[in-house]
Amino acid sequence: MSNTVMTKKGKIADLRSRDEIKAERRKERTGVYLVVPGLLLLLLFFAVPVMVLLSMSLYARPEGASIGEFVPALEFRNYATVLGSYWPDLLRSFGFALIATVLALLIGYPMAYLVAVRLRQHGLLQGILLVLLIAPFFSSFILRTQAWKQILADEGFVAQTMKFLAILPADGHLTATPFAVVAGLTYNFLPFMVLPIYANLGRLDTRLLEASGDLYAGPMTSFFRVTLPLSAPGVFAGTLLTFIPAAGDYVNAALLGNNRNTTMIGQVIDSRFFKVIDYPGAAALSFVLMLSILVLVTIYIRRFGTKELM
Amino acid sequence: MKQKIGRWIIPAIAGLAFIYLLVPIAYIFVFSFNDAGRTNLEWRGFTLDNWQNPCGAPAVCESLVNSLQVGVVATIVSTALGTCIAIGLVRYKFRFRKLTDVLIILPLATPEVVLGASLLAQFLNLGWELGYTTIVIAHSVFCMSFVIVTVRARVSSLDPRLEEAAADLYSTPRAAFLKVTFPLLVPGIVAAALLSFAMSFDDFIITNFNSGTFQTFPKFIYVAATRGIPAQANVIGSAMFITALLVVVIGQVMAYRKRKRLEQV
Repeated sequence: MSNTVMTKKGKIADLRSRDEIKAERRKERTGVYLVVPGLLLLLLFFAVPVMVLLSMSLYARPEGASIGEFVPALEFRNYATVLGSYWPDLLRSFGFALIATVLALLIGYPMAYLVAVRLRQHGLLQGILLVLLIAPFFSSFILRTQAWKQILADEGFVAQTMKFLAILPADGHLTATPFAVVAGLTYNFLPFMVLPIYANLGRLDTRLLEASGDLYAGPMTSFFRVTLPLSAPGVFAGTLLTFIPAAGDYVNAALLGNNRNTTMIGQVIDSRFFKVIDYPGAAALSFVLMLSILVLVTIYIRRFGTKELM
Repeated sequence: MKQKIGRWIIPAIAGLAFIYLLVPIAYIFVFSFNDAGRTNLEWRGFTLDNWQNPCGAPAVCESLVNSLQVGVVATIVSTALGTCIAIGLVRYKFRFRKLTDVLIILPLATPEVVLGASLLAQFLNLGWELGYTTIVIAHSVFCMSFVIVTVRARVSSLDPRLEEAAADLYSTPRAAFLKVTFPLLVPGIVAAALLSFAMSFDDFIITNFNSGTFQTFPKFIYVAATRGIPAQANVIGSAMFITALLVVVIGQVMAYRKRKRLEQV
């Protein structure tokens, strides 16, 4: 804007030379060339598909149609039908995801704090633990979930020991319970919680803690008044990175739960698409899931979000 | 006394958490040596057979090769396009920037089921047959958002004065980019590519929606889980783990040496 002035007649005059304007235009063109190919991919295979999903959720099934045959329509009743049947699964998904997120925060924060702050002077140990933090990414998440299933199995060591100690009733199970599914979710998304917090605490200036100590703050006070508020952006990012995928996950529910008390919405969407061949119903549920997460996340960002993140 | 408990409580919780994190990985490794037969459910004795014959169980190696192929192509596509977008977004001004931003963030805030379901709806509508191509497209799209976020952070942390300095030394913009900016971006791009590959290789949910009969490694395990997973899957999982671990450790050691060398100068 500093390159333009208002003339007496109120027109805007450009003070830049023709070459400068040309260079500017060229620069803008380069930017567009860089962005367009990837943007096209996003438009064609993300934005358009979401619209297709929305329209598919309103398709109707004509009288006497064969399985999987639907016609474009505006059948809003699809939403009422699937929500009427599956609202408990939707609520359960959000409930499980919320508990898993809180647990992951309670477990993950001390991990991040230990590695990022306590071990700052111990480069080697810090490096080793950091590699261990990302180690789960090196191995297949379905294999790990399946491993949990076998570790927690009825005839497994853990269940047998718990039964021996009478923590678990003799006819009790560890798998096929909400407990197993939530534990699996917590486990699988824990690194997504730890890493952002770690990145954030890594920048924590520990002299601030000394300063608060000098001002007679105990370790607890220092933590809650200094460390925790400063690491809020990391906690914020970690909770989002845990909650969103956890709410839509169905691998844990399928492998570790697989009964009616543990069904998550992802399982329902999958089975309506592939087993029941009810495309409109599946699409409607997907759309409801997407919209509820967007609404929840927006409220969360408004309430707790920091500028740093956006 | 209270102080002492305070000092130990964090390492104690974190230590238990690390064990929690690593138990299944150790379990997979140990059971790759199980003389399992068809179902690898309980310990039946130590053997090296599975490691000597990793393709022994039907379909394990085909699904592994499929996953590697999808992963490599999706990584190349998403890293190339994502890096371009990241540079374009930070360094250039153009219209529709806000819209571009939203389009990049939205896939990250969308659960995989929805991404998978919407792509499936699209492919059904287009009448495309599900298989290799549709998975590569799906993986490229969801990996690209991660690439953009990773590389963009790196681009914004670069000092624009470096390019100005190059220009002062009579470098053309192109040469300044190739000789100054790009080499500085390489670590970020490599990290993004590794992340892409890991995500593509490990993806189950999106793949399950868009693969038809095409088998990937995670899909193979998921399907096999109901009958019992062959020990060879554990071998492949463990081998991948060790490879990735070595890559990271060697990378860290090299970065450490380079830092030391620079400090000495």
